Amino acid sequence: MSADAPLVRLRGVGKTFDTGLRALDGLDLDVREGETLTLLGPSGCGKSTALRMMAGLIAPSEGAVSWRTGARPEIGFVFQEPTLMPWASVEDNVWLPLRLRGVSKARARAAVDEALERVGLADFARSLPRELSGGMKMRVSIARALATRPALLLLDEPFAALDEITRFKLNDDLLRLRETMRATIVFVTHSVYESVYLSTRICTFSARPGRVTQEIAVEAPARRDAAFRASPAFAQTCQRASAALERAYGLEDAP
Amino acid sequence: MTRRLETLAPWLAFALALAGWEAMVRLNETPPYILPAPSLVLRTLVADWDILSAALLVTLRTTLLALALASAGGLALALVFARWRWSERALFPFAVVLQVTPIIAIAPLLLVYLETEAAVLACAFIVAFFPILSNAVLGLRSADRNLVELYELYGASRWAQLRLLRLPSALPYFLGGLRIGGGLALIGAIVAEIAAGAAGKGAGLAFRIVEAGYRLNVPRMFAALTLVSLAGIAIYVAFSALSRLSLRRWHDSEA
Repeated sequence: MSADAPLVRLRGVGKTFDTGLRALDGLDLDVREGETLTLLGPSGCGKSTALRMMAGLIAPSEGAVSWRTGARPEIGFVFQEPTLMPWASVEDNVWLPLRLRGVSKARARAAVDEALERVGLADFARSLPRELSGGMKMRVSIARALATRPALLLLDEPFAALDEITRFKLNDDLLRLRETMRATIVFVTHSVYESVYLSTRICTFSARPGRVTQEIAVEAPARRDAAFRASPAFAQTCQRASAALERAYGLEDAP
Repeated sequence: MTRRLETLAPWLAFALALAGWEAMVRLNETPPYILPAPSLVLRTLVADWDILSAALLVTLRTTLLALALASAGGLALALVFARWRWSERALFPFAVVLQVTPIIAIAPLLLVYLETEAAVLACAFIVAFFPILSNAVLGLRSADRNLVELYELYGASRWAQLRLLRLPSALPYFLGGLRIGGGLALIGAIVAEIAAGAAGKGAGLAFRIVEAGYRLNVPRMFAALTLVSLAGIAIYVAFSALSRLSLRRWHDSEA
């Protein structure tokens, strides 16, 4: 494939689970290099399933998932919960992805320190997860996803369980990470505001079985901050995204 | 003050009960072959220490050996069950049958088939085995679903997943099983000794109780009974301490 082909391409993807649940149907989706793509939709619309497919954790029932590089690129995955090993220190949790590839702790040192530095937790390397707040645990989880220097970062409603102040702070952290890491990010959320604040493109999902109903490009200043959040452009994009969601669900509700 | 009372309360209650018992026996001049006073039980414990301590060692050795075998066997079988689900379906009913059939009913049969010492050991093993097995199975299954996915994402081998994720996740459950199994192993050993009625060098505490009963040596019965209780308490305390030491840093149960 050519160099400007999408990093991940989903074509005609459907998924029926063993339980008979139909999660996705006819999903077409491209993830372009360098973008921050948000999959927006309410809980249970199949967007997490789509994300897990991009990670290669779930195989589609029909259709195809293909990666530009042929094989799956280096991926970092952040779950809705911090999903840390409670018996392992912060640095050992961040070391895990490298450890599973046979990298010793000594050789992983630099990468682990750098990842912790990026999320501002360098001073907590030897703490245990239980000693950290919810927001800090989430940052450890992000650091772990960064440890392998992934080309594609997948986040599955990572801030849904956090209070709003912590959430805003982590949103800004993520924007800063994007500036320095140049990773492609796919972000799953049910928050319209979060999707507009963080992403360069939004795909709204229909109700289950999910597929993309609308694509919205986000016009934003180079630096996104509180001023952006208060700007008319922000409010307008939020309205468009909300309207797209309403249309998707209004149609679904019609007899 | 109330705090102090709370720490002292159990000891105080125990001392009061003993004092009441002592006073009752003295006031009513109850003969020792009906109910010996605590002071007489203590004196008997000292006077008969040679016989009783030898018997204690026999019973403790049986208990601990049975517990060690049950731990190793229970964990090994739990690993098989966790790895191949059909093996659990095939074999778990056997474990349940062994568990629900009272050990006192199995003991005579084992005594027909096995040497006395081996039969006693087998009884203690059987009762300790089930809680250790079922707790270990539960523990190995209780690993965080998302962490399992994360291990898969990074291509972890089955061995790495077991060593770094499933075994640590199972530890609290396994230790809980050990704590129950420890007490049960002692009960199994005592029951089997009584059924065996073995004399001579291999005589455990339970046999000494039966033997003293035949001779109406009630003070010695009480002395031996005291040692059985103390052994049970010691086993429980030891495993509680082990659990506390290994879990207090990260598990909520010991925080």
